[in-house]
Amino acid sequence: MSWLQKLMPARIRTEGGSKRAVPEGLWEKCDNCTAVLYRPELERNLRVCPKCNHHMQIGARERLKQFLDDDSGEEIGALLQPQDLLKFRDSKRYRDRLVAAQKATAERDALVALSGTLFSRSIVAAAFEFRFMAGSMGSVVGERFALAGEAAIAQRCPLVCFSATGGARMQEGLFSLLQMAKTSAVLARMKEERLPYISVLTHPTTGGVSASLGMLGDLILAEPGALIGFAGPRVIEQTVRETLPEGFQRSEFLLEHGALDQIVDRRELRNRIGSLLALLMHQPAPEPDPLPGSEPEESPPPPA
Amino acid sequence: MNPNFLDFEQPIAELEAKISELRHASHGQAMNIEEEISRLKDKCKAKTEQIFANLSPWQVSQLARHPQRPQTLDYIETVFSEYQELAGDRAYSDDAAIVGGLARLEGRAVMVIGQQKGRDTKQKVKRNFGMPRPEGYRKAKRLMQLAERYKLPLLTFIDTMGAYPGIGAEERGQSEAIASNLELLSRLPVPVVCTVIGEGGSGGALAIGVGDRTLMLQYAVYSVISPEGCASILWKSAERARDAAEALGITAGRLKELGLIDEVIKEPAGGAHRDKLAAADSLKRTLLRQLDQLSGIEAKDLLQQRYERLRGFGSQKAG
Repeated sequence: MSWLQKLMPARIRTEGGSKRAVPEGLWEKCDNCTAVLYRPELERNLRVCPKCNHHMQIGARERLKQFLDDDSGEEIGALLQPQDLLKFRDSKRYRDRLVAAQKATAERDALVALSGTLFSRSIVAAAFEFRFMAGSMGSVVGERFALAGEAAIAQRCPLVCFSATGGARMQEGLFSLLQMAKTSAVLARMKEERLPYISVLTHPTTGGVSASLGMLGDLILAEPGALIGFAGPRVIEQTVRETLPEGFQRSEFLLEHGALDQIVDRRELRNRIGSLLALLMHQPAPEPDPLPGSEPEESPPPPA
Repeated sequence: MNPNFLDFEQPIAELEAKISELRHASHGQAMNIEEEISRLKDKCKAKTEQIFANLSPWQVSQLARHPQRPQTLDYIETVFSEYQELAGDRAYSDDAAIVGGLARLEGRAVMVIGQQKGRDTKQKVKRNFGMPRPEGYRKAKRLMQLAERYKLPLLTFIDTMGAYPGIGAEERGQSEAIASNLELLSRLPVPVVCTVIGEGGSGGALAIGVGDRTLMLQYAVYSVISPEGCASILWKSAERARDAAEALGITAGRLKELGLIDEVIKEPAGGAHRDKLAAADSLKRTLLRQLDQLSGIEAKDLLQQRYERLRGFGSQKAG
């Protein structure tokens, strides 16, 4: 800090004054390769970095919008509100954490479920909102998932779920744990009804969600490079006191160990799932979409 | 301090030590020592009742992990007249952290499955401290399927800190092994009665804990995460485990109030470890009563009732 800056009162000092500020909203850095990316192009590319192929996190609504047919989707269990039955309090009250998460995400809880169409065929799709308390599964998440499965059974259509979660929500205690049993029971029914359930694991999917609805797909797909596992890497490291192998618990590692059917690039997910479901359900192959990002528009040069 | 007693049990330990000292000294001695012993015994009983009347959730979770607490194989030995242990997942190995097999309960054949922690160091290592790996859950799955094929009621005994968080366990699909059991148990067309006898730790416990009834011994705990784990995440310090135990609502009484378990099985004064036979007897009578209630129900209705039970956890009317 120069003597002049030191003299200035803190409130008029600006952070990193020597660097040129990136205009808000137009440019974004890839969290993996740090390339500066033109946001509209990144969005067209479904938030996959065009330079390094890194799949950045996306919200639940955006995910479902990418996946379902345009203007399709009726929300399931939209009015359910999380409850604080344990009056749970750590450094903050659970109620306050909920309010903050609801404000930050404009969602009531961490799972969004829609009944809509995929290539004009009925489907129920659900997606986790990771920004809502790390996508943790409490009673509302479990309930919405269960309602989604039951809706699929009622409509005789498949169910697809995109997970992005740290696992069970501690603040709901045993209620959270039992959502694993509840969601698994609904999926067992779907299997008996011979209605396909495809689980798509995205970064990250761990804990109680991985050990229930995550791993119960008729087909299990994953996005590249996603962290997927039961125990988190830090817990494992503390337990076994060994350095974890390179690529441990990443999608590619799971595929190699036989835990997944396929790793699918986000830009291909819609087409791929459309084809897989058509095969499972004895339907003609859908007409695939052109791949997003295949016709890049001219972008202005990034800031120097 | 006696290492076989928890800190809040020390007054009981001291009185018991005094009693046995007196006994030892009384060999061929005067009669009035008997009187003193009986006075101390009464005092010990009163003290035990006083201490156990006001246990905090944290103290209960310590009792649930008490080094002397009866484990799955202890109960199996006393509750069942016959037990044939069955081993192996037929794919990779036999995980000693989960035991199970065919057993006879008052004449009727049943299947039993439970986690086994082990007592001395050698046993604990062999049993991996009761933390199963995927092959343990897959052995359990095999026994569940066997129970289905031969129409044997399934009794499970839960006592684990959780599924083992290790490299190999992840490589061999810990998540899938647990998930697959949850799914199977939700539709297994035989009566399934699950009892938490000690620690019910998270998904690793639930993997053998889905059924028609969930019972808990009085000083068992059942939780989505250990108090220590919860404290280190939410309070950023494992030292706050006491607060976490309180907040999580992990005791049998609390979970019964919340409607998440069906019955609390009373333990003898001072806990199951003070009188193992009485604890086993209490467990046995409850299991028989529960099985009697369930065994008359037709498989189709049983599964419907079970579905509604599981479906109802944390459910609320949309609106």
